[in-house]
Amino acid sequence: MENNKVNAQIDITKEICPMTFVKTKLKLETMSSGQVLEVTLREGEPLINVPRSVEQEGHKVLDIHREEGDVFKILIERC
Amino acid sequence: MRLTEEQIYRYSRHILLPEVGGVGQEKLLRAKVFCVGVGGLGSPVALYLAAAGLGTLGIADSDQVDISNLQRQVLHYTDDIGKPKTHSAREKLQKLNPDVNVIVYKDLITMDNIRELVKEYDIVIDGSDNFPTRYLLNDACYFEKKTLISGALFQFEGQLSVFKTHKGGACYRCLYPEIPPKGMVPTCEEAGILGAVAGTIGTMQAVETLKEVLDIGEPLVDKLLTMNALSMSFNTVKITKDPECHLCGENPTILSIEEYKEHSCDIED
Ligand SMILES: [Zn+2]
Repeated sequence: MENNKVNAQIDITKEICPMTFVKTKLKLETMSSGQVLEVTLREGEPLINVPRSVEQEGHKVLDIHREEGDVFKILIERC
Repeated sequence: MRLTEEQIYRYSRHILLPEVGGVGQEKLLRAKVFCVGVGGLGSPVALYLAAAGLGTLGIADSDQVDISNLQRQVLHYTDDIGKPKTHSAREKLQKLNPDVNVIVYKDLITMDNIRELVKEYDIVIDGSDNFPTRYLLNDACYFEKKTLISGALFQFEGQLSVFKTHKGGACYRCLYPEIPPKGMVPTCEEAGILGAVAGTIGTMQAVETLKEVLDIGEPLVDKLLTMNALSMSFNTVKITKDPECHLCGENPTILSIEEYKEHSCDIED
């Protein structure tokens, strides 16, 4: 999944729920359909909730991988 | 108790109502109500009760005002960010109506203090945002024989009910025997709420409280009212008292206040 073209990035490692998803959602709203957003987030609540909320809004989670320590990166394709 | 000239003017619109009158207004001034939470639900509750001249209003909240509260928690203003919600609330309520004695509880409500708190009041209003507190209030009201005015919110939906278990009615546990398992489909969207929906349900909690104090009309006892703001539809279903209820049933297993823990992220009413 490394060959996905990333159109935008956002770092939400400093946010707490539900601001994690609020920031992600706002970023996705600025993008167009088919574009890919890379989200940097922390393990635990953000990693559990953000991908699920994103999918509930119809977007596609393309990839989730550990960056380092408890920091993860997820790739989201905007619907 | 004699209404002062000023009170007669202040409460004239109540006094004009055949169901209220001077006698009803005096009942309100003598009443003691405990509102748990001064957030989305508690704000309109406390505002309307204070405006109505509800004599003693206890308010409990251990949170501080956060900027994300202001979209719906109408007791708190931008200048209040960082202040304890109880202090911010008391300031506004006393300005609104100096007749009202506002008593604040800034500490967390726990299994150890809840019964003592509830004991002091006639009616308890649940303006909380989590199941552990709802169960705690339900159980305390059951043991202390108090009426509980319950409200809850979810996005564009709200629900409302009055529990009078001491009069033989159902309790909150008859309706929700257990804390719904977390993680079924909880998502961040669950923290979303249209502010005015909180205002609608909270205002209806205030209405039920005033009816209860005045002893007029028909309370929403053993009934659950649900509202969907998107379709603006209201539905009322009957709540049946559960003979198997762990608290108020025939063979109760909950014989004293217990602690309930639930993990929660920053989601509040
Ligand atoms: Zn029960």
